[in-house]
Amino acid sequence: MSEATIDADLPAVDPRGAGAEEPDYLRAETSVRSWLLTKDHKRIAIMFYASVIVFLMLGGLFALILRTELLTPEKTIIDANTYNQMFTLHGVTMVWLFMIPAIPGAFGNFVLPLMLGAKDLAFPRINLASYYVYALSAIIMLTAMLAGGADTGWTFYVPYSSTSPTAVSWMGVGIFVNGVSSIMTALNFIVTTHTLRAKGLSWHRMPLFIWSIYGTSVIILFATPVLGMSLTLVALDHSFGLGIFDPRYGGDPVLFQHLFWFYSHPAVYIMMLPAFGVISEVVCSFSHNPPASYRAIAYSSLGIAFVGFFTWGHHMFVAGMSEFDAGIFGALSMFVAIFSAIKVFTWVATLRGGSISFATPMLYFLWFLFLFVFGGMTGVAVATQSLDVHWHDTYFVVAHFHFIMVGGTLTSFLAAAHYWFPKMFGKLYDERVGLLTSVAVFIGFVFTFLPQFLLGNAGMPRRYYSYPEQYQWLNVLSTGGAWLLGAGLLLTLANLVIALKWGRQAGPNPWGSRSFEWITASPPSKHNFESTPLVERSAYEYDLPEEVARARVPAR
Amino acid sequence: MHASRLAEQFETIEKQEHAARLAMWVFLGSETLLFGALFALYGAYRVMYEGEFVESLHHNDVLLGTTNTVILITSSFTVALAIHFVRASRSGLAALMLGVSTLFGAAFLVVKFTEYAAHVREGVLPAGMYSLAAGQQPPGGAIIGATLYWLMTGLHALHVVAGMILLAVVGIGCARKVYSAERYVAVENAGLYWHLVDLVWIFLWPLFYLTD
Ligand code: HEM
Ligand SMILES: [Cu+2]
Repeated sequence: MSEATIDADLPAVDPRGAGAEEPDYLRAETSVRSWLLTKDHKRIAIMFYASVIVFLMLGGLFALILRTELLTPEKTIIDANTYNQMFTLHGVTMVWLFMIPAIPGAFGNFVLPLMLGAKDLAFPRINLASYYVYALSAIIMLTAMLAGGADTGWTFYVPYSSTSPTAVSWMGVGIFVNGVSSIMTALNFIVTTHTLRAKGLSWHRMPLFIWSIYGTSVIILFATPVLGMSLTLVALDHSFGLGIFDPRYGGDPVLFQHLFWFYSHPAVYIMMLPAFGVISEVVCSFSHNPPASYRAIAYSSLGIAFVGFFTWGHHMFVAGMSEFDAGIFGALSMFVAIFSAIKVFTWVATLRGGSISFATPMLYFLWFLFLFVFGGMTGVAVATQSLDVHWHDTYFVVAHFHFIMVGGTLTSFLAAAHYWFPKMFGKLYDERVGLLTSVAVFIGFVFTFLPQFLLGNAGMPRRYYSYPEQYQWLNVLSTGGAWLLGAGLLLTLANLVIALKWGRQAGPNPWGSRSFEWITASPPSKHNFESTPLVERSAYEYDLPEEVARARVPAR
Repeated sequence: MHASRLAEQFETIEKQEHAARLAMWVFLGSETLLFGALFALYGAYRVMYEGEFVESLHHNDVLLGTTNTVILITSSFTVALAIHFVRASRSGLAALMLGVSTLFGAAFLVVKFTEYAAHVREGVLPAGMYSLAAGQQPPGGAIIGATLYWLMTGLHALHVVAGMILLAVVGIGCARKVYSAERYVAVENAGLYWHLVDLVWIFLWPLFYLTD
């Protein structure tokens, strides 16, 4: 089929000709088919965006059921078995269907080519395929949920996972397929960054978001196959008695934990690095200042990506490990905190002397800062073996990783959702409602997870559906917080959806950002730029007036 | 003719081909880690069960294993020749070499399955299916050795099949003169994949045949 028949309804102008008014990517074609078969990175981004929001809601629903069950010491609404299923489904949905694809799939896909001054990703077809592979993985997981679920927790520890009567194998297959999708996306991002930078856009001129997406992609490529293999082995064991981790046949269950965490510790940075990228953009754009140190932010991401591969043992302090190994793993884990601290100080220093506009994304940055620092400090605490023996497998750990992962990823996902909203849809959301819902999300979050530190420290183990009376008041606080958090998220969504239709027109660069995605129209045309730009400055030249900065990214 | 296969996001055909090559290297890096997980398990279990582990390897026939090594190394060589020919626009010869390489792949599989058949007859199977002549179970280390043998060579055999398909596809392309000195990245990439398949075997061969 020729281009002409597809684009029959377009005005007959050369899209790259001077002054040509190309319709934006949302209006370029409107048939369902044009969406489902699109190779436009922006539309694929929107499909990811819609999907991850659906899974955030689904995972959130599971979470609310869990929290409601924990309102009273004994059975409240579901029985023990259902509870086990529910926390597994919650973990699996949130980790693989929401957190990992959320920022790269939705925002990475949308803005990465725009930031590079490119017309698309290097491999648009692989990009579309990665969406469908993701969708297939979701279908497999949902089917597994209906056909018996899984009750092992998202960590799938053997020997329980290979003997559980639930649909563990199918869950494993779903996660494997999901990994294929993230590898496809990661490969695309890496090759695109190497080959499609606009003329003049050297590595050190790129927006920091690109560095973090690049780092994420590298981790995905090296860690995901290992997870895929370990879950394949569990599935083979579960379905066919392969016994690679089964002591009856010479296997060692602890080796599974090694393999699993070799992936899953880096996986926490697969979720965090994109968040760091969003935060870097938001801080600079809303304080109208260049980063206090571009290199510090860019290289510390790579440092985290690297060190993250050597810390997995901190999940296994109580699984039988020598004092020496525990010391090494503990110390290496703390290196991560050094790199993270470099980032935090650089972001804060970026604010200094800036002209700060206090929009919703900026508020999310503050929440991020608090949650990330607090969560990170507790990370250092649990990386100390002597302390971790007390806290391991309690609510303390649950609180630690929710502060960091959920606090970090969710706040920056929401920051990105507001920051790039005008770029993606050409409209402005209601700022007052944005700020209010952001406060609700934060308060809900703190009420949900702060009590869990105390619960864990007092000895309440994780993954139990009932508990002794003395833990009740903290659990009630936590459950109340969860409901508030849920409400805050729904209102946030409502605010954005309303803005889609009734929001004011945004104009190309409502925040006065110097980053390159704001050079083009909002929303961009199908080909992103009227003509390929030439880049003669870095992404953060805030000392230049906006017109001058614009003029330094001329069309070629 | 360049313009027609230049995708719109690329400015030059050179960049586009560079992207395709880079993608293949990145993909192979990722693929290596898939085997990496199993090599790590091999290392861990072998250290754990020094003596017992190698018991399972006694059943492997060094002659057959070495034959397969020779077959794969030769095939890598014919693949390299094919790339040489396609660069010189001698697409017919390139197609021939790719065809030969695919047949080497098939020969590898025939040898491998002969071996598998022997293992089945002897009862050297993974996990609980592994039984000695008298019907008792061998010691744990031997069982895990056999399990890993089947897993790792099995996964490798799947890669051989995938590689053969790739070689055959670009081979047909060469025969139809789709590929020539003007355009041969796809042939190179298929070749790279085949070299990976070869390389993995170069590691499997000593681990399962030469070190008992
Ligand atoms: C300062 C850096 C960090 C350090 C030193 C650290 C340390 C630790 C340690 C020692 C544990 C194991 C506790 C236990 O099981 O007893 C742990 C658990 C965990 N951490 Fe962190 N962490 C850090 C940052 C992060 C980040 C950035 C994330 C996520 C984005 C994260 C996510 C998790 C998760 C998901 C778990 C628990 C997994 C499970 O058992 O279900 N951590 N962390
Ligand atoms: Cu970890």
